[in-house]
Amino acid sequence: MTNEARVPTRMGDGTFTRMTRSEIRADLVAGSEAAAKRAKVPPLSDEELDHLLDIYASPARFTGVDVGDEIVLSCDGTGMKTHATRIQDLQSYEQWMGADLLELCVGDYSLKVVRTILAYEAQYMHDAQLCTIAPLQYGVMPNLGLYSKPDGPCENWNELLPLGKTAESRAAQEEAVEMAVVDMVKLADSQWEAGADAIDWDTTGASGDPEFLAALRATAIIREKYPDFGVQLGMAGEFVLGMHGELEWEGVRLAGLWPKDQLLLAQKAGATMFGPVVNVNTGKSLAWNIARAIAVIKPCMDVATIPVHPNAGMGVGAVPMFVHPLADAVCRSAKSFVDLLHVDGL
Amino acid sequence: MQMTRGMRLKEAKQYVADKLGVTPFDLSDPAVMTDIRAELGFGGIHSYAISQPRLANQIEAKFNIARVLDVPINCVERFKERTTPGAGYR
Repeated sequence: MTNEARVPTRMGDGTFTRMTRSEIRADLVAGSEAAAKRAKVPPLSDEELDHLLDIYASPARFTGVDVGDEIVLSCDGTGMKTHATRIQDLQSYEQWMGADLLELCVGDYSLKVVRTILAYEAQYMHDAQLCTIAPLQYGVMPNLGLYSKPDGPCENWNELLPLGKTAESRAAQEEAVEMAVVDMVKLADSQWEAGADAIDWDTTGASGDPEFLAALRATAIIREKYPDFGVQLGMAGEFVLGMHGELEWEGVRLAGLWPKDQLLLAQKAGATMFGPVVNVNTGKSLAWNIARAIAVIKPCMDVATIPVHPNAGMGVGAVPMFVHPLADAVCRSAKSFVDLLHVDGL
Repeated sequence: MQMTRGMRLKEAKQYVADKLGVTPFDLSDPAVMTDIRAELGFGGIHSYAISQPRLANQIEAKFNIARVLDVPINCVERFKERTTPGAGYR
């Protein structure tokens, strides 16, 4: 038994638990070491761990960054009929919530779905640009899986792989990459004409290395065609799944890349903003999760030439895997990223 | 500045502050920026209680932002093209 005071803190699933300051520090150390072991990154220093301890051992409901250290908040899906028309939603986010940027999108959010309604989406962007002020991007998730049967035309690589048909599976993924790149560039063409400020590839790599490849190739084409067009490239997970396993871009094998190497490729392709992801372990405390997230993303900050906006939302960036963002957890995550990594945004 | 110019935060804040004649610290201070936004026509909260019809807002504000910050804004350039005789798109 200890007579050390316990403070309320949360687990990765969002439930409250009570831990002593010593227990929280032990979890911070364990999270940092887990990152070092798994992602081959340096562990956090004692000074960094102590700073995180002050943030996570505080009983305060809310915390924030120091005055003057404010950052830019990026987001997805602010214009998607949350409570009114899509344009009214965008205006609400801008005018009443103070959003730093806005995003028009459709509810499904998948590239393959949007490609069938490009003209409608472009016209909506045109209208929306006339009545908003904040930078307004168009967002989709590449979601390469929809290009496979039964939803799409390509053979289903997830069904081929368990059958041992590796070559056929890889061929199907390569076919889907070609289709997705064409669709991504066509989307960018139409949105550029409509006046969009940027394109957002959200949850890139959810279908593994072929999806990351499609995003990199499309980004490079868009950068060449439209030098002033923003491209935000946000990831789906902390490392690139090797669904194909042999795909390369610019001589770099994509499977298994961690955030720093993902960033290097994204900025080489011409992305203007990069969103690394570290997934939440729901069975561990938020202290464990934030230390792991900070340690995994930290190497990005030394090599970044473009803004880095770590994903800090449901189930990523030490924000609990819970449908409603828990304010005490969100603000602790944000302060940690700002204070320790000096991120450009979240 | 981040989205289309790819500027990192410190550089972006300094760039905007220099263009506006304030410090980076001022950029997140509403007590300073409310007046500056109004003077430069950068738009603001669109409310019958606190906005006035003579103030620029929405697409008008973006024209002013592009000019003062000296950055091209895509929809502003498109607007000019579509409202300039002989520039096409009509």
